[in-house]
Amino acid sequence: MKTPIYLDYSATTPCDPRVVQRMLPFFTETFGNAASRSHAFGWTAEAAVEEARSQVAQLLGAHPKEILWTSGSTEANNLAIKGTAQMYREKGNHLITAITEHKAVLDPMKHLETQGYEVTWLPVDRKGHVDLDQLRDAITDRTILVSLMAANNEIGTLHPLAEIGAICKQKGTLFHTDATQAAGKIPLDVEAQHVDLLSISAHKMYGPKGVGALYVRRKNPRVRLTSQMDGGGHERGMRSGTLNVTGIVGMGEAARICREEMATEVPKLMALRDRLEQRIMKALPDAVLNGDPQARLPHLTNISFPYVEGESLIMGIKEIAVSSGSACTSASLEPSYVLKGLGLGDELAHSSIRFSLGRFTTEQEVDFAADRLIAEVTRLREMSPLWEMVQEGVDLSQVKWTMH
Amino acid sequence: MAYSDKVLDHYQNPRNVGSLDKDDPNVGTGVVGAPECGDVMKLQIKVDDHGSIVDAKFKTYGCGSAIASSSLATEWLKGTTVDAAAEIKNTQIVEELSLPPVKIHCSVLAEDAIKAAIEDWRKKQAAAKGAAAETK
Ligand SMILES: Cc1ncc(COP(=O)(O)O)c(C=O)c1O
Repeated sequence: MKTPIYLDYSATTPCDPRVVQRMLPFFTETFGNAASRSHAFGWTAEAAVEEARSQVAQLLGAHPKEILWTSGSTEANNLAIKGTAQMYREKGNHLITAITEHKAVLDPMKHLETQGYEVTWLPVDRKGHVDLDQLRDAITDRTILVSLMAANNEIGTLHPLAEIGAICKQKGTLFHTDATQAAGKIPLDVEAQHVDLLSISAHKMYGPKGVGALYVRRKNPRVRLTSQMDGGGHERGMRSGTLNVTGIVGMGEAARICREEMATEVPKLMALRDRLEQRIMKALPDAVLNGDPQARLPHLTNISFPYVEGESLIMGIKEIAVSSGSACTSASLEPSYVLKGLGLGDELAHSSIRFSLGRFTTEQEVDFAADRLIAEVTRLREMSPLWEMVQEGVDLSQVKWTMH
Repeated sequence: MAYSDKVLDHYQNPRNVGSLDKDDPNVGTGVVGAPECGDVMKLQIKVDDHGSIVDAKFKTYGCGSAIASSSLATEWLKGTTVDAAAEIKNTQIVEELSLPPVKIHCSVLAEDAIKAAIEDWRKKQAAAKGAAAETK
């Protein structure tokens, strides 16, 4: 077993070797520009792009013509949100989202607020769910778009897409979902789930970085977008720029593998995740599972370890690559806004770790990771004044702390 | 984030982890920080009749730099005098551990913890003297 062990598949995945094999010729031999109409180099590239488009469409239950290539989910989200907001400005100026969305949704929304749009920021409950009645009540005849993610990237909570989609359809507003974390992990079907726009990214599903896609509904209703990138009129004018053929081919192959193997891959991931979780919880019974223990991604678990601080914990388990909910690691001292959004106290947010497993994770790795983690939490607790106080029977919420 | 070798060393082999009897009149205890800010330090000193620090212990909830700052502080405290300890500045800790700007607050917290422990010890001493004067 090689260390460090990678348990951060929600941050990014390695390319599947089959994806790389499929991509290789497009760097050197079949390197044409998919927009070149006058020779075979271009035709070959175009054919490969269209094949990939249909692979991605199949993963989503969409028509290939409804798939638009982007540089990733950040761009897909920006295009979906700003593109509809601008296109449908005559209808209204209102958009709805939730406080636990990824920054690639929150920040475009904030940008729109500075341009005269109004945004409703829905709160979530302890498990990360929005209240569907509250969503329904928030939609008015001036609402252009509801954007709610399929699966949360920090805690894995799944939003009930079909129910949200039905509400949006009934109320006559568009529904966008950021499915970056969900694609390939849970079944997606834009028809059954009444989704109008959907973002995905190749590097979260064993494809290359820097390529993604936006699904844009073509019928019932036909969704139109104001382009955010103008130029040669590629992608039916909605997103100009020479296509990243190599990346697109990789994304198509990645989508094919996910679709064909999901039925066997997902139960395996879930079993490994449960194994990890159970081993940790058994040894550290006061650890807290964040999010929804039922409606969640199969490969992810987010756990808080009270009385030890996340960054020091990550530092102690450097044989394991994981993410911390304490953004101390990213140069700001703010704990994760997602965990705070759930109503978690700052100290629990500061002590949380996200483990995300993937296609190449083994049982041996999971056991090793759990044991290292348990040992380190135990060591840090011995060093923790909070743990000592709790052992002495002190109620930490009653202590007067000195803020600084 | 890259940590300096000294931070890593203190984090992996923290010096003087533990607790002294907080009810002992010769022990000063300082607890600073707050769990919601991501760090809490408890620093204790034991002082002899000549004002020398004969023992120092810490427990810290916080990032690696916070643990290292308090571990280093106990090393510096042991064997020095209360008066010299009161002069320890956070900038010395920053320099010794090569702390980056985002971690300077850890050193500030350590300085505060030293001051709080000294303050606690002084209060106890004054109270003990007062009590001794009364019984006379
Ligand atoms: C939910 C979610 N949305 C969007 C993104 C951004 O995707 P990309 O890296 O493709 O821009 C991520 C990745 O961090 C994500 O997890």
